[in-house]
Amino acid sequence: MKYEATIGLETHVMQKTNTKMFCSCKYEYGAEPNTHVCPTCLGYPGALPVMNEKAIELICKAGLLLGCEINPYSKWDRKNYFYPDMSKNYQITQADEPLCLGGQITVEVEGELKTFTLERIHQEENAAKNTHVAGASLVDYNRAGTALMEIVSNPCMSSAADALAYMTAIKQIMQYGGISNCDQEKGQMRSDVNVSVRPVGQKELGAKVEIKNMNSFAFIQDAIEYEIDRQISVLESGGTVVQETRGYNPDRGETFTQRTKENAHDYRYFPEPDLMPVKVSKEQIEQWRSELPEMPAQRRVRYVEELGLPEYDAGVLTASMDVSDWFEETMKHTQNAKAVSNFIMGEMLRLLSEQGLTISESRVTPEKLARIIELIDAKTINTGGGKQIFETIFNEGGDPKEIMEAKGLAQVSDDSALEGWADEAIANNPKPVEEYKAGNPASINFLMGQVMKASRGKANPGAVMQMLKQKLDG
Amino acid sequence: MPEKHDGMDVGYVAKLACIDLTDEEKTLFQGQLDQVLNYVEQLNELDVSNVEPTAHAIPIYNVLRKDEVGSSLNHADVIANAPSAADGHIRVPKIIDQ
Repeated sequence: MKYEATIGLETHVMQKTNTKMFCSCKYEYGAEPNTHVCPTCLGYPGALPVMNEKAIELICKAGLLLGCEINPYSKWDRKNYFYPDMSKNYQITQADEPLCLGGQITVEVEGELKTFTLERIHQEENAAKNTHVAGASLVDYNRAGTALMEIVSNPCMSSAADALAYMTAIKQIMQYGGISNCDQEKGQMRSDVNVSVRPVGQKELGAKVEIKNMNSFAFIQDAIEYEIDRQISVLESGGTVVQETRGYNPDRGETFTQRTKENAHDYRYFPEPDLMPVKVSKEQIEQWRSELPEMPAQRRVRYVEELGLPEYDAGVLTASMDVSDWFEETMKHTQNAKAVSNFIMGEMLRLLSEQGLTISESRVTPEKLARIIELIDAKTINTGGGKQIFETIFNEGGDPKEIMEAKGLAQVSDDSALEGWADEAIANNPKPVEEYKAGNPASINFLMGQVMKASRGKANPGAVMQMLKQKLDG
Repeated sequence: MPEKHDGMDVGYVAKLACIDLTDEEKTLFQGQLDQVLNYVEQLNELDVSNVEPTAHAIPIYNVLRKDEVGSSLNHADVIANAPSAADGHIRVPKIIDQ
């Protein structure tokens, strides 16, 4: 029998705010534990939450970027559970009236354009960070109460590749939109994945298994593939898939049972009495819409249409926002888009990945790359020399012109130097000279090679060619 | 909903709230809870079909604050208020197994 998988994602994204969702404690990753806490985020009795205006703006902008409808009226609810990472014993969230409704994104999966739809995006507050030690758990409430939004997709994906493309697009849009840095290592983007399997042709969905709280895209991909295979083999051996929550063990590449439906939580949602509802006006929505920055898809089109770059280059350059921003910064200092693109796609990305750096850490600045390209365009150096200068600056820093001089990379164009080499090449190679004169124009290339060799690659090839022709034709 | 409420299982609610009750207490509280629910049930005699549901009794919306950092509590005070602490963290019984 053939089976098909159905996958939905709940993606948690931490918004880029200075302070927490409901109190004015600072959000700072890596701060000393429990130094950014107050009665509100510690859940002390009597403390009252107050909404962060910026967080509301950012979730609505995220909604606009993902094609959601902004709910003109939304409200807050309490989700009740006992766990030390949520000191109030409830999490403030949005159950039935979230801020953003619907939405969709179109992405390319293995060469095919696919549209994935969203159910909603709602605002909630983050939990504290737990560290487990022998016999106890340690809790740091610095993260407790920070602004966290949950992007809920419909069960509209059917493979790990779909899920990966979806998450990659969400991350890109959130970064470009200034909504979140989506730094997965800092827990700023985490996903719960729902996977079910059914025989092809069956109408109703199979039993749903939820895999909780994963931050690495590679793990999510592995967990989905493992889970699809596991469910199919359960069904094939005549068994039933149990609806449950499973965890993923990356060391073993397996999922494992965490919680079955029989002891699933009943969260006893009820309206949060401490917070007033939110109303968003049409004018406000239009104001936010007008402030939205350019998205990667729009940048790609602009790179192709206005800068004349190939589609491939546009795709590589916009894959991450910091690279794309760096490219744009360089274009303020030069007109030669293709040369900038070649350097970024070639030397820059190679050196960054070899040394595990990000582009903002590169010693080659946009101004310096523009000056290297200027030297190449003026034929003062050749492309190979440009690459050498680039790599030297990348590794050691320095000024392009000074490195060119120090390494003797300038091409020789002046006639007196070229003339000696040209005369020598002609005198030492009578046979190609004869052939050239007899009407075989390709023979001049041999002579040219001799001159380049004599100059140790520094001769300007255009000038050499001219010089040789002048001598042989003249 | 003019009909009588479906009742509420005290044992279940107590379990969700992490409260241990003896059988005697369960019986006692079940009776009391039923009385309270029956009393509140009187509200269903009102016709509210023309009243829009609301999360709040007062029509105030958008109570917001600027995203500006304010003061947090002194770390030593926070730790002093915790039943147990280690390495600047609040220490609790191991919670990895649910």
